[in-house]
Amino acid sequence: MPAAEDDLKTEKTIAGESLTPFGSCPIPIFDHKRIVLGHGSGGKLTADLIDKIFLPAFRNPTLDKLDDQAVLTIRGVRLAFSTDSFVVTPIFFPGGDIGRLAIHGTVNDLAMSGARPLYLSAAFILEEGLAVDDLSRVVESMRGAAAEAGVQLVTGDTKVVNRGKGDQIFITTTGIGVIDHNISISADHARPGDKIILSGYIGDHGMTIMSQREGLEFEGAIESDCAPLNGLVSAMLATASPTNDFIHTLRDPTRGGVATTLNEIAKHANVGMVLDERTIPVRETVKGACEVLGLDPLYVANEGKLLALVVPEMAGAVLQQMRQHRLGHDAVIIGEVVEDHPGMVLMKTEIGGTRVLDVMFGEQLPRIC
Amino acid sequence: MKYLDEYRNGDIAAKIVAEMRRVQTRPWVLMEVCGGQTHSIVKNGLDHLLPEGVELVHGPGCPVCVTPLEMIDKAHAIARSPKVIFCSFGDMLRVPGSDGDLFSIKSLGGDVRIVYSPLDCLKIARANPEKHVVFFAIGFETTAPANAMLAWRAREEQVNNLSLLVSHVLVPPALEAILSATGNRVQGFLGPGHVCAVMGYSEYDPISARHRVPIVITGFEPIDILEGTLMTIKQLEEGRATVENQYSRILTRQGNLPAQQLIGKVFGVGDRKWRGIGSIPMSGYHLRDEFSRHDAEKLFDVAEIATLEPEICISGEILRGLKKPHDCPAFGALCTPQHPLGATMVSAEGACAAYYAYGRHLNPQGADKLHQIVPGPVRDDVSVKPREEREYTHAGR
Repeated sequence: MPAAEDDLKTEKTIAGESLTPFGSCPIPIFDHKRIVLGHGSGGKLTADLIDKIFLPAFRNPTLDKLDDQAVLTIRGVRLAFSTDSFVVTPIFFPGGDIGRLAIHGTVNDLAMSGARPLYLSAAFILEEGLAVDDLSRVVESMRGAAAEAGVQLVTGDTKVVNRGKGDQIFITTTGIGVIDHNISISADHARPGDKIILSGYIGDHGMTIMSQREGLEFEGAIESDCAPLNGLVSAMLATASPTNDFIHTLRDPTRGGVATTLNEIAKHANVGMVLDERTIPVRETVKGACEVLGLDPLYVANEGKLLALVVPEMAGAVLQQMRQHRLGHDAVIIGEVVEDHPGMVLMKTEIGGTRVLDVMFGEQLPRIC
Repeated sequence: MKYLDEYRNGDIAAKIVAEMRRVQTRPWVLMEVCGGQTHSIVKNGLDHLLPEGVELVHGPGCPVCVTPLEMIDKAHAIARSPKVIFCSFGDMLRVPGSDGDLFSIKSLGGDVRIVYSPLDCLKIARANPEKHVVFFAIGFETTAPANAMLAWRAREEQVNNLSLLVSHVLVPPALEAILSATGNRVQGFLGPGHVCAVMGYSEYDPISARHRVPIVITGFEPIDILEGTLMTIKQLEEGRATVENQYSRILTRQGNLPAQQLIGKVFGVGDRKWRGIGSIPMSGYHLRDEFSRHDAEKLFDVAEIATLEPEICISGEILRGLKKPHDCPAFGALCTPQHPLGATMVSAEGACAAYYAYGRHLNPQGADKLHQIVPGPVRDDVSVKPREEREYTHAGR
């Protein structure tokens, strides 16, 4: 800041008119008056919507935790409870489809509390004109996905909307699972010293969808990483340990990617994080696709990866355990939780500099050049 | 990544920085012209690697940032029309006009689409004969060939439901304006690599000679930028002022001649307004009269739209290298990428947005800790410790 005089001047200008701080200035847009796509991006706009609309209406201690699932204790039984809607274009893509995504998405949200997912519901919104063969394919895929995750689909609903009022098929799944008494995993349990473990390569799902939408073909195909993570979580929890609670936090970095997920944890637990860019695994094809499209893989969605915050003395053992599992053998430690700069994630860059890794604010937009 | 990893190598970076330290005897102020270079500098934390006294100030080369508010308002007026499919490069969608952004227009039913190539608009126009497709043709010389090709093909192939809203700007007149301004601090330029890939770099010779200022045409990877900085410092230390080419793996002195010919056929040069700077003579492209049928400004009734810029925003001074984002009291508080007040916060390539995303909170204390915590080799010659006099390392939001 230059001179004190300048400080005064700005104070006055800003404080003078709080709604239109710059007099005749026609910008900025402080709030969108209508829903824009960015509200569904999982970034800051989504968080805004939750903070301003949903939380004030429904506020309660369980919801306030803002984890991916609610943890409820009913007559001594600890239940994880979660719901998620799936809208994706195209509905079939390399490595999966909307049905598989709908099953594994909810299974993973449950698993991130350390729960054993047990039962799911599924609600379908179908657009008039959808090919019944396509629906059958989706449903068959859901059957396979549920078997793979060891869950049963026990109730459901179907609605049909006029052509043009939906996009082929929307699926909402809700699930419950049981959590053992000695397990307590939540975003706000993150503590300074915790090691941050990432279970494998990032950006595969998001870049698969993007390259399908853009009609791009890359050397070496990219496939969605869509997978149920409950088996991997069980394996991690089975690590031999002198104490319980060695895993503080689990999250699957879906929308908004690794960067947004870590920012959420940092804010909830009021801790800082420091990552090392060189350790973060990104496939060459994904890197290349991101370069072409002007995107950052740290903000790209994953559907079969998890981030674990583990006490430092157990990190090596958990990592070993993960690497023996099919979905974790590329697991690595990418950084650690620190006391400094609470709420903020810093990254040491490949070249030796440092940068702030921020939350995505809306849709990730391709840059012009 | 093949062909890229070697330009992101920390050991090579350390060697270049060591060489900078060896040759540098006094402080220098350099400007990187391109938004893409600014982005790379902050994304990779390069400014923390530079020796003391080598200051990089961020230039006007972000095409989204310098597109005047008035032109944004024209774009929005057109995009609101129910008969229009409005196509744009991605980051233009978030730029607020006087009343909302393109995302808001989309949420109200406007047909707004992101395209990666301007030529995609031909396909969209053919698939939607009952609609009129407008492409928001912004950018520097870099995007001009593809935009020109769109106008050319629309005319040749008689795709009559397709037009361009043109807001093209040129680098050399902007450099001239920066160097001629009172209070100019810039002593050397990292020139615009991609612009010169199209245009070549001979047009920078007279600027360099007239103002006695080195211009090193530079690429966008971290090693490119460090090398371009080193080359510029060497010229300054040796008392030379010429145009040099760091980005020789991509560009030649004469540039891409067929692209230049196409640009010449489609666009004429004229005065242009720059957001945050004002009007600069002969600093932009306009569609030639032969392309009037595809000129959205002539097809739509937008001539009356004339919007003024907000007064407090210092983006003009930032674009000219006179100030840094942290000098602005609104930075990070009232002015954020979600709610940009001015040009430089608007696009990811803008200096303020880049600072906001990657460099806004780093304080000396945190950075010291960072140095100890992060695993990996610690190099003595490359410290991540920020220097006291760098004001942006201190400022909070």
